Parts: sequence; C-alpha cells; structure tokens
Amino acid sequence: MSDALILSPLDAIHRELGASFTDFAGWDMPVRYSSDLAEHHAVRTAAGIFDLSHMAEIYLVGPGSGAALDYALSGTLSTIPLGRAKYSLLLNDEGCILDDVVVYRTGDEEFMVVANAGNRFVAADAIRERARGFECVVRDDSDSVALIAVQGPNSATILAGVAGLEVEGLSELGYYRCLPARFGSTPMIIGRTGYTGEDGFELYIASSDAAELWRAVTVAGEGHGLEPCGLACRDTLRLEAGMPLYGHELNSILKPEQVNAARAVDLTKDNFVGREGVQAGVSAGAAVLVGLRSEGKRAGRADYAVHSNGRTIGTITSGALSPTLGYPIAFALVEPDFAELGTVVDIDVRGTAIPATVISLPFYSRKAQQ
Amino acid sequence: MSIPTELQYTSEHEWVRVEGDIAVVGITQYAADALGDIVYLDLPAVGKTISSGAVVGEAESTKSVGELFAPVSGEVVEANKAVSDSPELVNSDPYGAGWLFSVRVSSLGDLISADAYAALIAE
Repeated sequence: MSDALILSPLDAIHRELGASFTDFAGWDMPVRYSSDLAEHHAVRTAAGIFDLSHMAEIYLVGPGSGAALDYALSGTLSTIPLGRAKYSLLLNDEGCILDDVVVYRTGDEEFMVVANAGNRFVAADAIRERARGFECVVRDDSDSVALIAVQGPNSATILAGVAGLEVEGLSELGYYRCLPARFGSTPMIIGRTGYTGEDGFELYIASSDAAELWRAVTVAGEGHGLEPCGLACRDTLRLEAGMPLYGHELNSILKPEQVNAARAVDLTKDNFVGREGVQAGVSAGAAVLVGLRSEGKRAGRADYAVHSNGRTIGTITSGALSPTLGYPIAFALVEPDFAELGTVVDIDVRGTAIPATVISLPFYSRKAQQ
Repeated sequence: MSIPTELQYTSEHEWVRVEGDIAVVGITQYAADALGDIVYLDLPAVGKTISSGAVVGEAESTKSVGELFAPVSGEVVEANKAVSDSPELVNSDPYGAGWLFSVRVSSLGDLISADAYAALIAE
C-alpha cells in the first residue's frame, strides 16, 4: 500500500486559492482556504463551495438494483421514485453500522450510493457481495466521479446563474430530490442534499470536467457571497446541524437505536443484512448518543470523558465552540440513565470539569432561526 | 510566512521579544495558521512563576487544542487581556496585538534565531 495521498481532480484550483490541506481518509483535501469561522458563517448567511470528491459513488444498474439495495441496506430503497434521495445505513450481521450512505434513484433501474471516503472499499465490497443473485451490476465509480457541494441560502440563486449548466426545474427541486443535468455536453446529477444544515446542492460530475464546473460556479457566485470552504467548517456545520460523522458518532460496534438512527431501519422488510441483530436489541446499559450544551468557551472534544459525580458515564464523540450559536456543543455517548433532556453532567476538559446539559438535537436548525 | 528577524523563537512555535529583563511572548504565524481560528486562550496568571519548557496555558481553535509552553523562566508580569477577550487577534496580528503574556526573566531557555526557526518549519 502506498503512502502517497490521493489528489482531488480540483487539486490545482485549491493550490491556486492557497488552501491548507489535511489527510482525510488518504486524500489530500482542503481543510481551510482562509478562516474556518469565516467559511462557516459564509455557508450560514450566503453560500460556500466545497470539494467533496473524496466521497465514494457506487452505482447499481439493472432490474434487480432496488431489490438488491433493500437486502444490502437498512431502509427500503426499491420503492423510492426516480429523482428521490434517501439516507440509509449499511449494517453488518450483528446489526451494527458499517457506514451511513445517501442513495439517489438516478434511473428506473439505476441507483447511486454515496458512501464515506474512509469506508469506500467496505461499502463497495459489501454491496457487491450482497447484490449477488440479484439482477444487477455493481460499479464503483469513485475514481471517475467528482463531487462539488454548493451550500447556503444563496446556493439556488448561484446555480441558476452558472454558465453552461443546463437543467430543468432546479428552483422547484425539493429537499432530498435529484435531477439529471448537463454542464456543456457532460451529463451530471444535481441533488438538493448536503451536510451543513442549510439549503444547498451537491453536483456529481465526471472528474475530468470538475475543475471547469468549479470555476463556472465561482463566477456565478460573484456578488452572492460565495466562498470556497474546507473540511474544517464542514465539520462544525454538520455538528451544529446534529448530523453524525462516521468514525465519531457511528461505528461498527454501535446499533442504529443507540445513535438516533432507528428511523433509517425498515423492519417491515422481509430480509436484509443486520435484521436479526437490530431485532435482538441492545444490552441494558448500552450507551446512547446525546447532544450536550455548556457555557463559556471551552468545548469538549472527541474522546474526552463525561463524568457524573466523579464517575465516568460517557465519552464525547465530537465537539466544538459553535460558531453560529456562540456556546460549546458536543455529541456524547453516555449511559442511558444520563440521556434524558435536562440532565446535567461534567465534561472533563483536560482536567477541568465543565458542566454540560443534555439538550435536544439538532443544535441548530435553519427553520427555527427563520 | 512572516518571521520577524528581530524576534527569537522556540521549537514549540513561540516567539519572544526580550526588552531589558522583560520578555514578551506570543505564538508564531505558522502556529496560528496551523491551529486555525483561535476561539479560546488560557493564559498563565500574573505573578505565577514559570519554568522554560513547562506547559503554562492553552490555545483552542475551532478544530484543535494547542498547549502554550513557557519559552523562558521567570515571573509572569502581564497577561494580554485583549487577546483573552478577542482571541482572533492571535490569527490576525500574531506578532503585534496578538501577544500573549510577558515575563520578568530569571533565565532564558533554548531560544533560536529567526533563520533557525524558518529552517525548522521548512522541514
């Protein structure tokens, strides 16, 4: 295995823009261009453009694709109409989470599964294995498909002005819907999806055309506050929006019911991988995911202990001083006795006990702010 | 990357301006850029005696936490209140308004020149 990082098809643009980079799941990706906070606020108040080309795109094509996904994933995908997207989980036999994915129905007999970069091969291998015997072909197109996200309240206006982008009905496109489009002569898919808690779009296009599309979106964003945004602000945006991140809030020893994800599991389906494990439930005392709010400026961070009366009752999975809300927020896995809203616990912030209260998720909702 | 030549540095990415027996301390632009936007600073208390190399505080950014090390030994005479109130000054002006604390020096630690520091971060 080589240690060389994988470069995004947009790498040259990021270097022109003076980005700082980070190793994300083996990819050399922009962590920030200027300031995490400025980029975060741009997405909440105007718009941001992100390179997410590290994400994995796995296609299923053929008349049995929907049935294969119903068996491979936790939700029912075969019945979603053309042009819909749905959040789902890839479970193991024990009913624990191998990855969380978004599935787009891109054709009558075609689906695109978007998996996390770090789980690309786990997801592609599992789906390929599970699709055996169904009338479909599984194709991992991650190397040839780029993903550009445009997120924020101005994103619809900006996309409407992109030169060369041909699409019908973009302004009426609902949340978690997708549309085929063209950029010049290149076919692409536009989803009204995202990982920021704002209105926004995700643009899937051949890697060879991604740089040109990024530049065209940037030009259309002039005068609309569009900023290039790195993975640092993507993390604080998704945290505020109460969205889990695989490897932090989700992992292969947690079941959906522990992490508020039971809604992504359809137990009315006949058979799917993980069904028995999910039905077996969790042991008494199994940790559950909660949201914590504290005062001041000092945030709990991943792996910090959570205490009650000096006893460790949980662990922080993600945390930050919320740029939008101004107070520290965190996800934590805690003993179920401490999961009730209003429960006060202590976060061990490098030796200092910082009180925190269990509050409802999401921490930030754009609807609640309006 | 700005590395003022009139300052001295440490391998922990701090800068020191020695004026008589007082040393003014901050973190370098390189360190501030690496941390990202700084949102909280924990500075040593005035009157505290510190030893070079010891952890004396923290700088928290949106993404990470960095420890502050004492670059010199002595007694803390001032902590910059402006940066406690507005930690973003460390990002915007690390060698000026973003200074962190000052020390009445009893002994200087292992300080390095601007050239040596430039070579260190180029590695």
